[in-house]
Amino acid sequence: MNSIVEFLKRREVLLGIVVLCMIAIIGSINPNFLQIRNLISVYNDTSILIILALGQMLVILTRCIDLSVAANLALTGMVVGLLNAAFPGFPVEGLIVLAVLMGACLGAINGAFVWLLGVPAIVVTLGTMSIYRGSIFLLSGGDWVNAHQMSPAFLAIPRQLFLGVPVLSWMSLIVIALMVYITRFRPFGRQFFAAGGNPRAAFYTGINVGFVQFRAFVISGALAGLCGYLWVSRYAVAYTEVANGFELQVVAACVIGGISIMGGVGTVAGAFLGALFLGIISNSLSIIGVSQFWQMAISGAVIIIAVIANSRSEKKPGRIILREAVAADAIDESARGDTRPATGQ
Amino acid sequence: MESTSPLFALRNVTKVFPGVRALDDVRLELYPGQVTALVGENGAGKSTLVKTMTGIYQPESGEIWYDGQQVTIRNPEDARQMGITAIHQETVLFDDMTVAENIFAGSYLTRGRFGNLDWKAMNRRAQEILHDIEAPLSPTAMLSGLSIGQKHMVAIARALSVDARVVILDEPTAALSHHEIHELYELVRRLKARGTAIMFITHKFDEIFAIADRYTVFRDGAFVGDGRIEDVTEPELVEMMVARSLNETYPKVEAPLGEEVFRAEGFSHPTEFADISFAVRKGEILGFYGLVGAGRTEIMRALIGLSEQARGEIYIEGQRVSVRSPADAVQAGLVYVPEERQQQGVMLDMPIYQNISLPQLHRTSRAGFLSTRNELAVARQYGERLNVKTSSWSELVNNLSGGNQQKVVIAKWLATHPRVIIMDEPTKGIDIGSKAAVHAFMSELVQQGLAVIMVSSELPEIMGMADRMIVMNEGRQVREFTRDEATAEAIVSAATGVRA
Repeated sequence: MNSIVEFLKRREVLLGIVVLCMIAIIGSINPNFLQIRNLISVYNDTSILIILALGQMLVILTRCIDLSVAANLALTGMVVGLLNAAFPGFPVEGLIVLAVLMGACLGAINGAFVWLLGVPAIVVTLGTMSIYRGSIFLLSGGDWVNAHQMSPAFLAIPRQLFLGVPVLSWMSLIVIALMVYITRFRPFGRQFFAAGGNPRAAFYTGINVGFVQFRAFVISGALAGLCGYLWVSRYAVAYTEVANGFELQVVAACVIGGISIMGGVGTVAGAFLGALFLGIISNSLSIIGVSQFWQMAISGAVIIIAVIANSRSEKKPGRIILREAVAADAIDESARGDTRPATGQ
Repeated sequence: MESTSPLFALRNVTKVFPGVRALDDVRLELYPGQVTALVGENGAGKSTLVKTMTGIYQPESGEIWYDGQQVTIRNPEDARQMGITAIHQETVLFDDMTVAENIFAGSYLTRGRFGNLDWKAMNRRAQEILHDIEAPLSPTAMLSGLSIGQKHMVAIARALSVDARVVILDEPTAALSHHEIHELYELVRRLKARGTAIMFITHKFDEIFAIADRYTVFRDGAFVGDGRIEDVTEPELVEMMVARSLNETYPKVEAPLGEEVFRAEGFSHPTEFADISFAVRKGEILGFYGLVGAGRTEIMRALIGLSEQARGEIYIEGQRVSVRSPADAVQAGLVYVPEERQQQGVMLDMPIYQNISLPQLHRTSRAGFLSTRNELAVARQYGERLNVKTSSWSELVNNLSGGNQQKVVIAKWLATHPRVIIMDEPTKGIDIGSKAAVHAFMSELVQQGLAVIMVSSELPEIMGMADRMIVMNEGRQVREFTRDEATAEAIVSAATGVRA
């Protein structure tokens, strides 16, 4: 009984229930929404947000933030788009690898500033966000790369169906699986939590906090690069304002998903559900006739509610100095500790 | 006499921070299978020593010997791999991780060709270690749900998870219950039996004689003496700790004592302090002495209305006043110069004059508009009175020395015309010149009829400046001395809980 309550109290479970309720309500108003094909399509539309949110999650876990993801995505998208237009024969697989590498490099620039120069991440990425965005204009001269300039293979990959599901959706599923693996089973994955949860303790433990932050930025950048290709291919166009402001949706997905802005707390499931939640709002409310402005208001309200839910009770108990208090506390705690249900791993 | 040679030794180690020689040419020897108690007052250099031994600080000069070889400990990871582990005063653990992950963080157990984390093995091994030290904790419990004592157990389990040959316990019993302390002793005995060299830092004399084989005394960052515990008595240890050249002179001026201006009655807090009652008269400096963590700052915070759980009554000039916030306290003429100067005392990125005028902008502004001219006038008046050294009152406080920053804090409060001024560690971390200036100013204040409550961990300061002193131990006022009665030995004995 107790453990069921504990389970229901968990952020991810709660969010999962909210998402299911939303689907049920939208489905009851417009049953077409519940068709498998439509659900797959909604998921497919959310895939890029999911991938970016998972990268952002690692960065936020280390007490940083990456505001340059959308600009990174747009810049790599433009570069692969231009390359494809100029060299239609170059294999698309090569372009995808290139996009990932380029995104990783752009992320490494952010990470290096944070790690080696100790510049606050919000400042660094606010700067690189503008620089990356500006570079797109310099590269393209303000021109668009349109569908007719892209090779058929370039456009086909994300749309190909595998077991009835588009490759774009499969990519997000693979990234989810990778992230679960990294955060649960790789020592370096746990370092993101350690570095953000208690940097001093991490340092005492022998973890180089700055380097961990650097790696988070590189991974976030690499995923943004991958999304650069996916976005340009899916929407069949590359231009300077691609995904303008999308970084805010990405950060919002993490916040809704319970990734603590204070670092150290968060799960892959949380970031995934947070992104899914936003995806459903932006892709589905219109089919039941809710205006776009209501959608924005709903997203905003949910973000604030999520942050309030996140902030732990501020009231700190005093230090324990008195002898009686120390003894009472020990008895109290050990009594509580013994009945505490096992949680965590 | 010694049967073995030391496993770990420091020779002529010096560590300098700007303005302070935290460790001055010290030596230390730790023997396998023996507990060495490191004894010293606050500021004797014990924490710096621990950080030097665990690779957090690098010494400027001197040698570190380990297992018969001279070594360099570059970082905490180095120390850990060498088998030197410390359980720090404040537990440095991860609140949002499980007990098992806290034990293995940094050196996770893995399995298979790919080195994947092996949670099962970690939980199992953690369970074994916890069982070994008889800590009734579940490896999968989240750390945030544990008490301080239980967190200490986790920290100890963590130290034991690697093959530790040198274990440093930095005031490990400060937050433990009697029962937990006995468990800890048992644990220390088991470590000794394994041949581990243990350094035990404590302020409590009963502990030293209960558990230690050897002692080493530090004072003001310097080595004073060491030896076998059988060859020393409590009074001798106290004397080694505090004996100092009392040639430091304090600008103490006897001020005529007036009537009672402030009285605190029956101040208690559920966990921090109990039964605190005292009064101060005009022209009096009342000192609060105690070890770090004795509850002095907590009491001062409660007096100015910063503690929600504290209960007690305050009388100003015999009138009961209700102080629920610092604003109430300032209104009643009670101001607080905090210990954490840079966090709680000044706005570093604001100019001096704005810092000083801050508490009374309503008085310096005209018709609701800020008046820089009035603010500057106030700043000049009080800044000059305190002799703040600066080229301009518009200088940022950040650009001042620690001593001058402290003068700005005092000037700020003085401008509000207080009756009682509480100074919490008023000369902590400031240079000698400024120290003398702050002390001289304290004398001047009481001569003008103010009352000063001074919290200090520096014995000479308390003895040099206070007319009367209250000694705190574990949240209670244990002794009170007048200036004439006080001796260094008696004060330290009371503060450390030595039986008279």
